[in-house]
Amino acid sequence: MLQQIVFFLVSLAALGFAGWQFSKIRRNVLLGQPETISGNSGQRWRNVLLVAFGQSRMFKRWIPALFHFFIYAAFLLTQVELIEIFIDGLTGAHRFFYPRLGGFYVFVISFIEVLSLLALIATVIFLIRRNVLKLPRFTKPEMKGWPFRDANIILYLEIALIACIFTMNGTDEVLFNRGQSHAEGVEGLEGSFNFAVSSWLGPMLFGGIESESLLHTLERTGWWGHILVVFAFLNYLPISKHLHIILAFPNTYFARLKPRGEMKNMPEIMNEVKSMMGLGDGNGEGDMAAMEEELPEFGTKDVFGLSWKNILDAYSCTECGRCTAVCPANITGKKLSPRKILMDIRDRATEVGQKLESKDPQYAADPDKPLSKDNFDDGKSLFDYITPEELHACTTCNACVEACPVLIDPLDPILQMRRYEILTLSQGPGDWMPLFNSIENQGSAWAMSVDRDAWTKELTNE
Amino acid sequence: MSKIPTMAELAAEGKSPDILFWVGCAGSYDSRAQKVTIAFTKILNEVGINYAILGNEESCTGDPARRAGNEFLFQMSALQNIEVLNGYGIKKIVTTCPHCFNTLKNDYPALGGAYDVIHHTQLLQQLIDEGRIKMKEGGAFEGKRITYHDSCYMGRVNGVYEAPRKVLEALDNELVEMKRCKSNGLCCGAGGAQMWKEDEPGDKRINIERAEEALETGAEIIAANCPFCLTMMGDGMKAKDKQDEVMVYDLAELIVNNNGL
Repeated sequence: MLQQIVFFLVSLAALGFAGWQFSKIRRNVLLGQPETISGNSGQRWRNVLLVAFGQSRMFKRWIPALFHFFIYAAFLLTQVELIEIFIDGLTGAHRFFYPRLGGFYVFVISFIEVLSLLALIATVIFLIRRNVLKLPRFTKPEMKGWPFRDANIILYLEIALIACIFTMNGTDEVLFNRGQSHAEGVEGLEGSFNFAVSSWLGPMLFGGIESESLLHTLERTGWWGHILVVFAFLNYLPISKHLHIILAFPNTYFARLKPRGEMKNMPEIMNEVKSMMGLGDGNGEGDMAAMEEELPEFGTKDVFGLSWKNILDAYSCTECGRCTAVCPANITGKKLSPRKILMDIRDRATEVGQKLESKDPQYAADPDKPLSKDNFDDGKSLFDYITPEELHACTTCNACVEACPVLIDPLDPILQMRRYEILTLSQGPGDWMPLFNSIENQGSAWAMSVDRDAWTKELTNE
Repeated sequence: MSKIPTMAELAAEGKSPDILFWVGCAGSYDSRAQKVTIAFTKILNEVGINYAILGNEESCTGDPARRAGNEFLFQMSALQNIEVLNGYGIKKIVTTCPHCFNTLKNDYPALGGAYDVIHHTQLLQQLIDEGRIKMKEGGAFEGKRITYHDSCYMGRVNGVYEAPRKVLEALDNELVEMKRCKSNGLCCGAGGAQMWKEDEPGDKRINIERAEEALETGAEIIAANCPFCLTMMGDGMKAKDKQDEVMVYDLAELIVNNNGL
C-alpha cells in the first residue's frame, strides 16, 4: 500500500511538472505571429504517417536511419510495458496484461526485449559516432558545449532505461527458477514467462547471486528505476533537443504544402506598390497614409515577427545536422549553418519566454504598462544571435529543406530576416546595390546600354 | 535566320502565339546565356512553334530582388510584368531560366498572374517524345561522357529531374552522374542573388567545389539547364584550367550542335 501511495505521488509530481514545462514551450511557440495553417488534411495526415511515424525521410541515409529506427521502435513499443508499470504501480496488479493476453503477451514483451537489445546496440554506436569518431556534422561550432552534452545525456538516459528493464525482467527470471518470482501467482502462468532476451540474459548476469533478498531488491530497483528515468526523461524533454520525439508529429502535420518555390507574399507591400503604380483598387491611398503614420517594420527582426510555425520548427529540431551537411555555403567553409539558425531561434524564444516569466519591468517597452509579448524590449533581437554574414551566404538552394527528416523549413526565417535587413534597416551586401539599381531603373538585373532585344537584331543580321 | 516575332508585332496583326518565350535578363544580355537563347529559338523555328517574345516590354521577373529581401523592388517588377502579360492575355510561357520559371510559376499567382509555365528542357523533352525533334545519328556527342548538373530551381525546388535526362538520353551519349545529383545535387553557388555578389568568407567558392565534383566524373561535357549554372560551371572550369578540355553546355545547345541547326 505504501508503495502505491508513493508511486501515485511521484507520478502526480512528475506529470504535473512536465505539463507546466510543456505549457511554457507552447507559450514560446505562440510568441510568433498567428498564421492559419489548415486545409488538405489528407496530405497532412499522410505526412504525419509517412514522415514522422514511418520515418521515411530518415532513410535517405540508411545506416543511421536503421539504428535510429531500433531506438524509435523500442521507445514506441515500450509504452505497452510502461502502461503496465503504471497499472502495477497504482493497483499492485503485477503483469496485469498477462492473464488477458496470454501467449500474445509473452510475444509482445519478447519483441520489446529484442528491440531494446537492438536499441542498446544502436545507442552505443551513436555514442561512438559522437565521442570517438566525431562525425563532422556533430562537431560543428554550434555543437560545442550544451548541445554536445545534451546529446550524450539523452543516450545515457536511454542506456539507463534499457538497463532497468533487463534488470527487472532478468532478476525475475532468476527468481522464477527459485520459486520466488514477483509474477508468482499471476493467473494462468506456469513456470517463467520465458521472454526472448531476459530468459538467457537474466541467469547469465544475475544467476550467480546467492542472496534472494538482493535479487528482490534488484528487481524492484529495475522497476522503480525504469519509471523514474521515464519521468526524468519526460521532464528533461522541454530543455532538450530530444523534444523532437513529441514535436515531430505536429511539425509534420503543419508542414508547408505550398510549392517550395513560392516565397510568402507581403500583401501590405503589394498594395502599396499597386497604389503607387495606379493599379490599386481605390484603397491604396488610405493604406499609404496608415503606413506612414505607423512607420512599419518589414521583415523579421525577432521571434515576434516569425510565424508560430517557424518557432515550432525550431523546437522540433533535434540538431541532427543533415541540413548543415548539405548546405553549399557550410560545405565551403562559410559561417552559415541552417541548424544553427534553428537553434538560435529556439534559444531566443526561450530567452524571451524566461524574461516574460520574470515579470521584470526592465524588459517592458513601455514601463507604465505590464510586461507582455506586445510590450517587450530587452534591447536584443534575433540579430544578436544570427549575423548578417550568415544570412548573406544562403543561395536559397533548398538543400536544407530537402534534407530535414521532420519537414523543418530553415530557409524561410533566413529570407524573412533578409527582408528586415534590406527593407527596414536599408542595409545588406554592397554588391547588391548595383543589382537593385539596374532592376529599378532599367528593368534588368544587369545595367546595359543596349535594348533588351538587341540579340534578335544580331541574329537576323547573320 | 528568320526574325524573332514580338508580342507587339503579332498583336498589331491581330494574331496571338501559342506560347510566349520568356527570355530573361541573362538570356537577353549575358553573352554566354545569349547563345542558349539563340540555340533555343533555332529549335523553335526548326520545329515550327508559333511563339513570340516580349522584346523590350519584358523586364526582370524580380527573382534576385525578392530572394535578396527587397520585396518592394520585386513587387514593382512583378506587377509591371503581370500588367504586360495579362494585357496580352498570355496563357502559356516557356523560359530557358529556372529562376524566371520559378518566379513566374510560383511567385506570380499571389500577385494576380497565373500562367502555365514550362521550362525549355520540358518543352524539348515533349518535342522529342512527339517526334518533332529528331536527333541526327552519329552526332557530335554520340558515346561521349556527359555529366548533368541539376539546377536547384528546376530540381529540388520544382521537382524536375527526369526531363533534362531524357533529352540527354536522346542524344545517345553516356550519362555519368556526379556523386551529389538529383535531389541531393549541389548548388552552383549563384542562387538567392549570390550571382551578383562575392561569396561570403570561407574556405572555397561553391562553384569550385561543384566544378571539382564534375571533373571527378571524367566527363568531357557538363550539361546544365540554367544561365547562372552555365556561368558558374564555366568559371569553375577556367579556375581549374580545364576550359579547353571540358565544355559546359545547355541542353538546347547540345541539340543544335548535334543536328547542325
